[in-house]
Amino acid sequence: MSQTEKAVIKKKATREAFGDEIVKLGKENQHIYVIDIDIGKSCKTGEFIKQLPNQHVNVGIAEQNGAGLAAGLATTGKIPFVSTYAVFGSLRMAEQIRQEICYPNLNVKIACSHGGLTPGNDGGSHQAIEDMGVLRTFPNMTVIMGSDYYSTRKLIKEAANTYGPMYLRFTRDAVPIIYDEHEEFVIGKAKKLRSGKDIAIIANGDTVYLALEAVKKLEEQGIEASLLDMHTIKPLDREAVLECIDIGRMITVEDHNILNGLGSAVCEVAAEEGRGKVKRIGVQDRFGESAPYEKLLEINGITIENIINTAKDMLNNHI
Amino acid sequence: MKDVSLANLKAKAIELRQTAITMIYEAQSGHPGGSLSAADIITALYFKEMNIDPKNPNWEDRDRFVLSKGHVAPIQYAALALKGYVPFENVYKLRQYGSPFQGHPDMKKCPGIDISTGSLGQGLSCGVGMALAGKRDEKDYRVFAMVGDGECQEGQIWEAVQTAVKYRLDNLIVFVDNNRLQIDGFCEEIMPLQDIEMKFKVFGFETKRIDGHSMEEIVETLNQVKNMKNGKPKCIVADTIKGKGVSYMENICSWHGVAPNEKEYEQALEELAGGLRS
Repeated sequence: MSQTEKAVIKKKATREAFGDEIVKLGKENQHIYVIDIDIGKSCKTGEFIKQLPNQHVNVGIAEQNGAGLAAGLATTGKIPFVSTYAVFGSLRMAEQIRQEICYPNLNVKIACSHGGLTPGNDGGSHQAIEDMGVLRTFPNMTVIMGSDYYSTRKLIKEAANTYGPMYLRFTRDAVPIIYDEHEEFVIGKAKKLRSGKDIAIIANGDTVYLALEAVKKLEEQGIEASLLDMHTIKPLDREAVLECIDIGRMITVEDHNILNGLGSAVCEVAAEEGRGKVKRIGVQDRFGESAPYEKLLEINGITIENIINTAKDMLNNHI
Repeated sequence: MKDVSLANLKAKAIELRQTAITMIYEAQSGHPGGSLSAADIITALYFKEMNIDPKNPNWEDRDRFVLSKGHVAPIQYAALALKGYVPFENVYKLRQYGSPFQGHPDMKKCPGIDISTGSLGQGLSCGVGMALAGKRDEKDYRVFAMVGDGECQEGQIWEAVQTAVKYRLDNLIVFVDNNRLQIDGFCEEIMPLQDIEMKFKVFGFETKRIDGHSMEEIVETLNQVKNMKNGKPKCIVADTIKGKGVSYMENICSWHGVAPNEKEYEQALEELAGGLRS
């Protein structure tokens, strides 16, 4: 795509969606709380702190306590959103989420910025590549990543209105806006962006835009691809995956390790059905390093070009 | 708070101990040592101090209890069974399939459990959340939490402690069941805790140190802290004896998580009954 085309794409980080939506939700419902773990500024909770101080808690640099405190609040009917970076929100507090939130099935939301490779220049320590996979294995947990600003806002609203433990993952970096602001989203129900008979592409989060661009280019070359925005990887929209299995060839795309995330979830369905071929595009089971986010995507083959080539390869070689 | 005599409370504590030991004997599994060290405090809380209603276990204005050292669940279950939260027969179903009395407290299975616990170091944070909600909602309920001294080796305890101080949670009362033992030996050898009372004090808690087997001291101290609306969370370090009341268990590390055999069980009940007569 040319530089001029790039310039007109509207972009916004999905952590901004959290910052904007949570204020609106908090004003409507006094039971909604935000638990910050010091990094409220970068998680975009500043406006919530300003407008709703009585529904805000900052536990300092103490993730485990933040998760436990949220569980205690939830037993009294509050709906706490624990806000931190994805790598800490999933792993540093993993056992607290398991024991005190998922085991007693409490209504706590873990809402994390800096998902996937988006904290690029922070380096491998801050890039969350295992988070969705780890949390997907906890019973009672729902795992969500919206693909753009508007879908993320809608999914946060849905999360606030739906009982149960949930993990919501946002991008640090700005990502292109795909949806109209009036588009509706349902947790656990994939959004079908394209219907095609040749191949199915299933993407989530910041990779949906890449997949959409790839699908457009494939169309130009006479290849009809289906495209799903699988914003919820658990519970997985099995019906939508089964439709893709009927097409036969599938490519999963995610800003997450290829182990245990969206790609693995789709493979589980295909293996159980005994049908369908799956190729997974994602982080290649390797830690990241300091680099621009786009460069890290490129290193791992999470690119428009690789999606196109993988699709053609599957079609040409009758995979 | 109920008007209950000290003599009645002491008798009740023996009944709780016997019930907990019976549970562990019937299950041939469980943690007798810490159950016995915590027994007198649990008795004072459930049978005198706490504002609770067994018929309405989720009453929103109730006092809460968090057993952060969740492995001593049998002594809490004994209190719940004797208070009528669940039918008493459940004491014969500890750790059995479908039982409300899971190996560690499970709020989804047992009425009267305010939060599920079992992984050490985590319960106190939940108690802080409950106490904070009480303050924000301007409710009068209090949150009682019990942690073990060994459990205070977990860093998360101190994260919770500093949060309770920051948010001025004087509705939170933490008991440290200071029995000086953990699974592998004496805390002093495994990982010394230094002056546990002083640690809570310098973090900003109002602290008290008592004999955790003196019903007089427990009741008196609870009376004192109740009137301290000074913005400080409370910590009562209770010096206790692991296995208290059963001679062959007292201060013996290996009775942390072992069930008595038939002969040992009969001796335990007899010794505990002896305590009742004295």
